[in-house]
Amino acid sequence: MTNLNAHNSALPDERGHFGVYGGRFVAEVLMQPLDELTQAYERYKNDPEFLAELELDLKEYVGRPSPVYHASRWSEVIGGAQIYLKREDLNHTGAHKVNNCIGQALLAKRMGKTRIIAETGAGQHGVASATVAARLGLECVVYMGEEDVKRQAINVFRMKLLGATVVPVISGSKTLKDALNEAMRDWVSNVDDTFYIIGTVAGPHPYPQMVRDFQCVIGREARQQMLDKVGRLPDALVACVGGGSNAIGLFHPFLDDSDVKIFGVEGGGHGVESGQHAAPLCAGRPGVLHGNRTYLMEDDNGQIIETHSISAGLDYPGVGPEHAWLKDQGRAHYVSINDDEALEAFHALTRTEGIMPALESSHALAHAAKLAKQMSPEQIILVNLSGRGDKDIHTVAALEGIKV
Amino acid sequence: MSNRIDQCFASLKQEKRSALVTYIAAGDPNPELTVPLLHELVNSGADMIELGVPFSDPMADGPVIQAACERALAHGVTMKNVLSMVEQFRRDNQHTPIILMGYLNPIEVMGYEIFAKAAKQAGVDGVLSVDLPPEEGEELLQAFEAAQIAPIFLISPTTTTERVQLISKVAKGFVYYVSLKGVTGVKTIDVAAVQTKLNELGQYLNLPIGVGFGIKDPQSAAAVAGVADAVVVGSAIIQQSQQAGDNRDAILSQVSQFVKSLRQAVAQVEKTV
Repeated sequence: MTNLNAHNSALPDERGHFGVYGGRFVAEVLMQPLDELTQAYERYKNDPEFLAELELDLKEYVGRPSPVYHASRWSEVIGGAQIYLKREDLNHTGAHKVNNCIGQALLAKRMGKTRIIAETGAGQHGVASATVAARLGLECVVYMGEEDVKRQAINVFRMKLLGATVVPVISGSKTLKDALNEAMRDWVSNVDDTFYIIGTVAGPHPYPQMVRDFQCVIGREARQQMLDKVGRLPDALVACVGGGSNAIGLFHPFLDDSDVKIFGVEGGGHGVESGQHAAPLCAGRPGVLHGNRTYLMEDDNGQIIETHSISAGLDYPGVGPEHAWLKDQGRAHYVSINDDEALEAFHALTRTEGIMPALESSHALAHAAKLAKQMSPEQIILVNLSGRGDKDIHTVAALEGIKV
Repeated sequence: MSNRIDQCFASLKQEKRSALVTYIAAGDPNPELTVPLLHELVNSGADMIELGVPFSDPMADGPVIQAACERALAHGVTMKNVLSMVEQFRRDNQHTPIILMGYLNPIEVMGYEIFAKAAKQAGVDGVLSVDLPPEEGEELLQAFEAAQIAPIFLISPTTTTERVQLISKVAKGFVYYVSLKGVTGVKTIDVAAVQTKLNELGQYLNLPIGVGFGIKDPQSAAAVAGVADAVVVGSAIIQQSQQAGDNRDAILSQVSQFVKSLRQAVAQVEKTV
């Protein structure tokens, strides 16, 4: 039986701290439910029956292991290091999000919860949550910022087809952060029968740890696949970072491999210098939001500011606390890629490899292309292709003035 | 008797009645109206004031207080503005306790010690940071201790006995029992269930217990006054202010009438415990 988290990390501590980051900053009413969740998670993460069910679902329902693919034509066009893609876009529902949803939904079932709630930005986590809820026969309510409901109409309809109720959130900036606030409010009000599936490695303890552990399957597989395929580890890993779950899932099993450089790519929007971006690790500072201490986009008075990214999944003013820790430790490097650079990578991969990446993942691809140019053809970059781009076709078309 | 909160509860004990605690969000509906509203609340019978510090992401609040925060933030209200409102209020009122209620990040950004000193200097008596459980609060609690500001904590229906004991070690002034599982201002209170819980809490707490969330009118205020040391009303007051429209005098008068009716209801109930 595989251990959920292969990396021997002592972090977080028992209260969910990664250094000064993480923790549990929530209203009193959630403290006991979070304790209950932590206990259930601690119990089942080592339970052979739970792990067997998870593994079978990942294999037969999600379609794991996802392949590692050598994007040789694109690498040649770029002219530098070889770029390999971890194909999370091939998972059922089209992104890495489902890895975590399967895990949390199995936990919800064991805890006797009958109702699932989730927040979503791009809609991928909402779709994955609605999918597993449909399969397990659980009621599902998805909170989504009104702005995102407009931007991601196809995913909204997918969730409805799956039987979920999608609630447009009209408070605040009407995006992912507000959807998270609203989901928290729902949870506070319905805590007895409801399980809140947080979609990223943020939120109060134990979410950053639990979601990380469920996503570590990405890095665990990829590490072995690289060894099998090329007989060595890659020189660099690249993944996009919104909340940071696909990134931590890839990075974590490589943390002890000190020769492997690690790059997280934030949404640079119109450019970090423009102020219109979603890059808290690159341009924010530590603060407290959504139950944990981490880097945030905030003004001088501690109010959270609106973010901008072409990609709804990166449009979030915070980031998982473990990324904040990895940044301060210098183990991972965080950079930003602007909207236009991401779009260019979206087209490039589509045209040279016949793989249409999600706009989120396109940020990682764009940075990988930059890195590759400075590296030699013998070197290897492994990019987490966290999701597929079908959901973004309308966004891309609109940018080019085309009506689909 | 160290501060205004303790003094207030001590004198109400002699009067055998519960405290009426009223909440408004600083800067709502506009910053110019906050200090006059604070005085109006006191003149109409509020014994203590909870002053909401607007935050962009008020996770524990229902739609009414969220909207109040948004209106205040649209006027650019900051923590420094809130403190200067308190300072201004204190020029004419030295006795009514003021408790700031909000979220941690605006405090965090200012720095714990700087905030605690500035708050004390402005005339703040207690601070309730909704998203700061005692487990994460060590540093801030030290700053409050040094500045002699009472840390106010919430207790909810889900709080275990262990946690009540933990909270009782660090809380000062009073504890605020959240009467239902939910956000502010949405559901309706179940007084019988609250009474049972308060009896239980009394075994572990040496502080007065205020009850809030779900108190909407004089009837529910009176019912809670029979069992709690303080009755906290928030969303319902903001709704009154909203119903009055844009006119300053209309807002002050409508809020005043409502608070008077609450005070009358609370005063009718003689506290037996």
